[in-house]
Amino acid sequence: MTDRQIVIPGEIIAENTNALPGENTIKEDGNIKAQRYGLAEVSKELIKVIPLSGAYLPRRGNIIIGEVKNVLFNGWLINFNGPENGFLSLTEVPMYVNKDGLEEVMKIGDMVTAKIWNINKRGTDLSIKSRGLGKIVGGIIIQVNPHKVPRIIGKEGSMVNLIKSHTGCDLSVGQNGFIHIKGDSTEKEIFAKKAILFVEKNSINNGLTENITKWFEKNKN
Amino acid sequence: MAEKFKRMDGRELTEMRPIAAKVGIIPNADGSAMFKSGKTIAYAAVYGPREHHPRNARNPKKGTLRCRYNMISFSVNDRIRPGPSRRSTEISKITEWAIAPVLMLESFPGMVIDVHINIIQADAGTRCAGINAAVMALAHAGIPMKDMVSSISAGKLDKTLVIDLDKAEEDFEEGEGPTDIPVSVTHSGKVTHLQLDGKINKEELKNAIKMAVTACDEVYDIQKKALKNVGQLIEGAKK
Repeated sequence: MTDRQIVIPGEIIAENTNALPGENTIKEDGNIKAQRYGLAEVSKELIKVIPLSGAYLPRRGNIIIGEVKNVLFNGWLINFNGPENGFLSLTEVPMYVNKDGLEEVMKIGDMVTAKIWNINKRGTDLSIKSRGLGKIVGGIIIQVNPHKVPRIIGKEGSMVNLIKSHTGCDLSVGQNGFIHIKGDSTEKEIFAKKAILFVEKNSINNGLTENITKWFEKNKN
Repeated sequence: MAEKFKRMDGRELTEMRPIAAKVGIIPNADGSAMFKSGKTIAYAAVYGPREHHPRNARNPKKGTLRCRYNMISFSVNDRIRPGPSRRSTEISKITEWAIAPVLMLESFPGMVIDVHINIIQADAGTRCAGINAAVMALAHAGIPMKDMVSSISAGKLDKTLVIDLDKAEEDFEEGEGPTDIPVSVTHSGKVTHLQLDGKINKEELKNAIKMAVTACDEVYDIQKKALKNVGQLIEGAKK
């Protein structure tokens, strides 16, 4: 098990060590310093800082959930709480769309699951050419801290699967912190929402999987 | 030596007002913090990094830090006119310069980080309180930083050097009158911001800065504690 503690920028995490500086850290005179506010993970070979808070910064390959902000002549502008709006081009939609009928596919205010396939100076390009992507119909969407998303997903999706099996709802988690919950009834969806918010709140503590299992037993009915 | 100088509120010469801090006070912001020093209260909220508008102000090499210092109209005894003034524009700029050296803005080319500082209660030392709150809020917003910045004002009342002037002391009129020297220091001891309002000689100035640097350690401890306990009000040790 690795040691975990909250560190602030400029704080020395380890003195006179042979460990290598990982993400968000720097090595100065043999000491490893944090360069960002977050959770320091100290192991023998590597020391890194895991971010805890802050804005979402998009990365190529991320799956995001966003809202259609505008319909242009060759695509849609999608807001996903990033630094700028993403552009979903008509060529990245896996179906035939009439040039005059973009609004029939998605209109302003619709929610969409998309993948970031390119980020360049001109902007962020999105795609829905994959399974599970596209316009969202039905269910509820909740927003959580984007840095807690890895905890909500768990190791290889273990946490998501746990919540899915206990609540009977279908979940799709966007890396930007938006989560789409779809179940048979609103009660089930709200139950799943509560479970996710519990995971978000208790994500720093060790033994999260045990805690959530206990929580499910306590709140089952 | 002459009779010992007495401060109006009975503090020691190097004693600052009771300080307190809290991180995570504004849920909608990406990072936020409150810093309190005596009767002075500053709230800071950080938004971004996000798209920089107007486009012509963008820097394609590195990100921009944009601070806005604002005193709320009820923060002082006489209502002050809301909106930017000559004074608030200057302090906004000073705050940017005090904080920018520790930020790693190279990671966000063409983007902007907005810092909004609001003084809801003013009793001198507002720019220092604003800087302290803003640094905590920036750290809370996950902006990569090399170090933290702490700020305090040193001063001279007649011929005595003191730390952390309050409003009554700033209006002190006896002898040589008051001198106010706000200083911002990184934890490693580098001065990022230094202002001087009044008269002081070279030796005294050196000593005043030394006193401020020492006092900043106490501010740093509070900032550190507040960041490690998000959502809790952390108060300084009472003397």
